[in-house]
Amino acid sequence: MVDASAPRETGSADHKAVAFRGGGFAPKPHRWVGFAVFVFLIAVAEWGTRAGWISPLTLPRPSDVLDTFRELYESGLLFKHLGPSLSRLVVGAAIGASVGISVGVLIGLFSYIRSGLVPVVAAIFPIPKIALLPLFVIWFGIGEGSKYALIAFGTFTPTVVATYGAVDNVDRTLIRMGQSFGLSWWSIVRKIVLPGAMPGILSGLRISLAIAIILLVAAEMLGAEYGIGAYILEAGSLYDLERLFAGVVILSLLGVIVSAVLGLIERRLLGWRT
Amino acid sequence: MDIRLDGISHSYDDFEVMRDISLDIPSGQIVCIVGPSGCGKSTLLRFIGGLERPRAGQVIQIGNPPQGCLNPLTYIFQDFALLPWRSVSGNISLVLEDHGIRGAAARQIIDDVLARTKLTDFAKALPKQLSGGMKQRVAIARALAVKPAVMLMDEPLSALDAQTRELLMDDLIDLWTRQPFTAVYVTHNLAEAVRLGHKVVVLSRRPGQIREIVEIDKPLPEREFGDPVLDQHQKHLWQLMRDEARAADAELIHG
Repeated sequence: MVDASAPRETGSADHKAVAFRGGGFAPKPHRWVGFAVFVFLIAVAEWGTRAGWISPLTLPRPSDVLDTFRELYESGLLFKHLGPSLSRLVVGAAIGASVGISVGVLIGLFSYIRSGLVPVVAAIFPIPKIALLPLFVIWFGIGEGSKYALIAFGTFTPTVVATYGAVDNVDRTLIRMGQSFGLSWWSIVRKIVLPGAMPGILSGLRISLAIAIILLVAAEMLGAEYGIGAYILEAGSLYDLERLFAGVVILSLLGVIVSAVLGLIERRLLGWRT
Repeated sequence: MDIRLDGISHSYDDFEVMRDISLDIPSGQIVCIVGPSGCGKSTLLRFIGGLERPRAGQVIQIGNPPQGCLNPLTYIFQDFALLPWRSVSGNISLVLEDHGIRGAAARQIIDDVLARTKLTDFAKALPKQLSGGMKQRVAIARALAVKPAVMLMDEPLSALDAQTRELLMDDLIDLWTRQPFTAVYVTHNLAEAVRLGHKVVVLSRRPGQIREIVEIDKPLPEREFGDPVLDQHQKHLWQLMRDEARAADAELIHG
């Protein structure tokens, strides 16, 4: 029998607290840490370039980049570059993602389409889409068409792969449930398969949209007067590091914004996840 | 509406899982199917509801489903099968939408089945907010919403803890007493079988065959936890199954 009323002894020689060995392996978000890392890196670059232990040939001074950026903004050139770039990005990514999601769902649902298209997708996935730029120029002309096509093609493949993987992962018992209640095929696809695949599709979109931004620069290599990509490439060929960095910062910001928007969509659409 | 199983046999490739099962499921009764694991209980249930096709034999529906019945053969699954992105009432309206029942008509049915399963206050909750017992109640409410002729219950309480299981058994008995329904109830839990079954069908180990059908005469509302008559039945069932359950346990799983 254990006497519950006995005084608790601690600290004597044969009483030891059990050491804690759990915990960890569960990363939690700390927003300000990411911000602090950015500030730290920029501060080091600024200090290094001012103090002289980083030569201005290796890295532009962050404050100079900021000045260039301000100039760009004040001259109105910023929006002249940003406008066409954004429209290329939006149109191209929208075409690529929507075709990619549709094809991915079809691959996920039909055996013949799956057997026919999975090898094709596997074959075109590793092709560097930039290499196909001349081909797109021949097919779609030197204007906007080839740029849309390049971005669309680049977003298409990762979206397809993510989508059919997501459709494969939809809980089959939910689909059986739908069938057992006599739901029509279209209802099952619309009300069970698509919402069930949504988490996978959205995380696939994160990757495809980042690729779309990468390809934006490539798309503007040929015959673009204005655009962030064109701006960066021009600065690069002149070794104008300040302008190069100003352009790169814009692309980074674009990436952060896209990712934040997706995060917002995820929170709205996927609030049901545990 | 009655259901008759007529000489059902099944095999996967050359691996026989079920042999010549014939059984009558009369209207208004709960028929429990018990058997050692891997004897094909759940497969049999999928045959009855048309989710799978047996190699031989057929499932026959005798008579027509009652008026207003939207989905004559309706399942209740072990893992609840609720859509996690729909609220409790959304999950129920899912099975009404395809029958063109929306708006006020749907509202009325949903309110009725939620009241019958004591879920009225949880209509807007998401499945992730509910306990296992509540989730299964939602699944039962969803099944009631389509006014089934026969409920096909696949180990409905097996994913729940013992206390919740007792509570839900009481709820099922209440539901049946107020409005007798027909059900095929598959379980490996003999206590559930003797508590809820008018008939308990004992299947043998692979290939599954009917070993015995035990009729329990005591009316459902009079059956209680620890009832000596039920315990007697349960003991009898366990004696029938014990050796086979042991053999089934020692078997390699057929990949």
